[in-house]
Amino acid sequence: MSDDVAVEARGVSKIFGASTDQEVRALDHVSVSIAQNEFFTLLGPSGCGKTTLLRLIAGFEHPTDGAILLEGKDISALPPFQRPVNTVFQNYALFPHMTVAQNIGFGLEMQGQSKDEVANTVGAMLVLVKMENLKNRRIDQISGGQQQRVALARALAPRPKVLLLDEPLSALDLKLRKEMQVELKRLQHETGITFIFVTHDQEEALTMSDRVAVMNEGRILQVGAPHEIYNRPNDRFVADFIGDTNFMPAEVIEHDESEVRIRLPSGIEITIPAPPGLPQGSEVTLAIRPEQARIVTDADAISIQGSLTDEIYIGTDTQYRVDIGMTSPFVVRVQNANGERARIPLGSRVGIAVDPRTIQILQD
Amino acid sequence: MSAEQDSSTESFESLEAHAYQLEVRRNLLLSTPALIVLFCAASGPLLIMLVFSFLTPGDYGGIKWQFSTEAWFQVAFYRDIFDETVSIADAHLSIFWRSVKLSFLTTLVAFVLGFPTAYFIATRSPETRNLWLFLVTIPFWTNLLIRTFAILEIIRNQGLVNNVLIALGVIDQPLDMLYTDIAILLGMTYVYIPLMILPIYASMERFDFQLVEAAYDLYATRWRVLVRVIVPLVKPGVIAGSILVFVPSLGAYVTPRVLGGGKHLMIGNLIELQFGQGRNWPLGAALSLSLLVIVMVALIFYVRSAQKEGGAHGH
Amino acid sequence: MATSSRPFSIERMPGFSLLALTCFFALYMPLAPLVVYSFNAGDNIALWEGLSLRWYVAAWENDLVQSAAIRSVVVAVIASVVATSLATMVALGTTRTRPYRGQTSIYAMVNQPLMVPEIVTAVALLIFFALIKESTGYHGYAYLISAHTAFCIPFAYLPIRARLEGMDRVLETAAADLYATPWRSFTRVTLPLLLPGILAGAMLAFVISLDDVVITEFVKSAGQDTLPTYMLGQLRRTITPEINAISTVLLGVSVVMVTIIFFLSRKKA
Repeated sequence: MSDDVAVEARGVSKIFGASTDQEVRALDHVSVSIAQNEFFTLLGPSGCGKTTLLRLIAGFEHPTDGAILLEGKDISALPPFQRPVNTVFQNYALFPHMTVAQNIGFGLEMQGQSKDEVANTVGAMLVLVKMENLKNRRIDQISGGQQQRVALARALAPRPKVLLLDEPLSALDLKLRKEMQVELKRLQHETGITFIFVTHDQEEALTMSDRVAVMNEGRILQVGAPHEIYNRPNDRFVADFIGDTNFMPAEVIEHDESEVRIRLPSGIEITIPAPPGLPQGSEVTLAIRPEQARIVTDADAISIQGSLTDEIYIGTDTQYRVDIGMTSPFVVRVQNANGERARIPLGSRVGIAVDPRTIQILQD
Repeated sequence: MSAEQDSSTESFESLEAHAYQLEVRRNLLLSTPALIVLFCAASGPLLIMLVFSFLTPGDYGGIKWQFSTEAWFQVAFYRDIFDETVSIADAHLSIFWRSVKLSFLTTLVAFVLGFPTAYFIATRSPETRNLWLFLVTIPFWTNLLIRTFAILEIIRNQGLVNNVLIALGVIDQPLDMLYTDIAILLGMTYVYIPLMILPIYASMERFDFQLVEAAYDLYATRWRVLVRVIVPLVKPGVIAGSILVFVPSLGAYVTPRVLGGGKHLMIGNLIELQFGQGRNWPLGAALSLSLLVIVMVALIFYVRSAQKEGGAHGH
Repeated sequence: MATSSRPFSIERMPGFSLLALTCFFALYMPLAPLVVYSFNAGDNIALWEGLSLRWYVAAWENDLVQSAAIRSVVVAVIASVVATSLATMVALGTTRTRPYRGQTSIYAMVNQPLMVPEIVTAVALLIFFALIKESTGYHGYAYLISAHTAFCIPFAYLPIRARLEGMDRVLETAAADLYATPWRSFTRVTLPLLLPGILAGAMLAFVISLDDVVITEFVKSAGQDTLPTYMLGQLRRTITPEINAISTVLLGVSVVMVTIIFFLSRKKA
């Protein structure tokens, strides 16, 4: 195995439920490798299995099938207190009967470090998370954002090989959450520890991660860098879950090395650059990001046409909804230049212009 | 490679099953010491008492190891010592009847006073609510004998109640309240009313007063709001409170002994007599078990209705 | 014209407040003469002859009262300590666990003393202990103490269980994540957090044991009177304010204990 893999899940399945008739398959043959010093995010809706995968790595649950490897060693059977892996819990799980410093020092103390060593590390950690002056406070005497920092310091203090973060920002308000996103990136950079971050917030995932794994129904659908996930989703769920997307059915007419000719429902044919492998006559779905499309009023030469039904002002952008004869309207987002927006009367016929290179073809 | 994979799969499944087994064993080990004490000094003796109820009474208390159903027969029937004629045991049955009647009345009075009290506490502001609750909790945990004694003192011929009534000119001779059924009823209500208030309050605490607003909004009168909305929704608390008052009333021993003066017996005193002057241990055992059966029937009724309520709310 | 001068209140029910205040008055009014007459200088509990502590002194100097008081406290301390330890263990074995066979039976057995009328348990213990006394000849305090321990267990169990159920398992998970072995996680996290529940349980058990009349009356051997059974015996004779003095002290102990329990159990987990 290569040296730079921190954590690997190998064909991991997890089934909950005592009897066969109430079984819930939380993870379904999941395999993934997470590199050393990587900020890796597990992204997906609630119940997709992301927290279960995290708990398997931490050792709070045991896999029904498959193995968890830490730096190449199988740790599936180790109890959590023997794994060099620490967790930042969703609601922090700080010990209410201990002070800030006692919380941070707990793991070190349990590892059997001497009082001086514990005090030194705790001091350094307090500096790291900027909590020096609150070290003797009780947990119920500090704010939510401060509790968050204590939870981070407590999990980082024993210098784990991997830090697991289970939706740690979900309890914070928007402004604090943004601050903590930056803070987390800084901490990861400074400590050089592998972070595995669980969230259902796609924006959080895209802004913070080196790589993202999108999960649904116990499977990993796509792993990649944020821009890959966003621009080149390989699955309808991924395209739909991350950002807004217009979906449109189409049929493959002919295909050569680098391009594919497809027919839209309206009968119009267009050519899109695409990798080979799409058989002729197959049904595909086109995914088009709203911000990759434009509204044009001189509509004749344009492939997609419809009538404008709504115009929604959303600050930086304006959203146009165009009825193109399908069940859901086609959404176009246009940035407002100089805070102004182009006024188009509702009900008028418009065309939608799209750069073919930004269209993603999804096979059903 | 694949064979190795399979064997590891098996070990994980057994790992989980093993963890569960360990957990169960730990739970049983933790429970065992308490269960031993409870078996020796609570449940076990009940079984021995069942055996005793089928034995023959000894000449001076205790028993002879001879099988007999006479004790159970004597619970309800009386056999004349000389001519062996059988008649209904009026003495026993009237005591059972008095116990049931007094316990029922106690429950009723406790409800009539306890329900408004629980309602009153539940509608206080959150800060003062705990204080009112505390005022109910204190008598709940103070010595039952002392509270019975307090009632004895105020209803005596020269007690507070008679003195006040005479001073007000309502009566000119003291009322003979002590050593009557009324005294027992008063004492039991006083002693057990916190057991009515607390569960009703617990139900009301969870009660959503928006429902009352909705009922008023839909033209209900105060009385109808009470009968059609509040009472049905706090019914589990009312049932729990009634059982909690009824059961100890039925088995009361101290209150009828102190306030009934040895003349107005309840089942508890009748049982004691079999171990005192009567010295018929098997009969005492049979009477105790009869009381236990009545109590268990009441408890089963309670559990059934609680389950029904729970089911109804589950939907 | 207006039917009522005060604004319509959603929560008000006519007469309820009056009944409730009557109820509170009735709960405390009977205790007043009890306490007042304990300070009576006179010989009986009907005629007030001035303020005095003579009955407290009399009770204190009464050998029977003194030995009964010591016996009450010793039995209550032993029974409550043992019962609380056992109850803590059962609570740990029946709470926050995956369901297992026998769990409901354990629960039923622990709560049995609450469901069976005291007089029935008392008589059953009388019979059982009579058998043992006959065959062993032992007449010591073990009977009284084991009986008290048994009926104290459910009272100690209730607040401990309630506290445990309110405790989030995630704290122990966090301790395990931070390298604490199960035992250290128990001593460093579970036990300190459970302590208020354990204290409340111990005090409840103490109060219950101290106040018990019925079971003690039936189980005690000759010369093993506790304060309550001594008082029960005295009630058959001419009552002197000495009984009031003892009652007032016991009342005071209960009020103090219950107050502490009340505030302990209000502390959030």
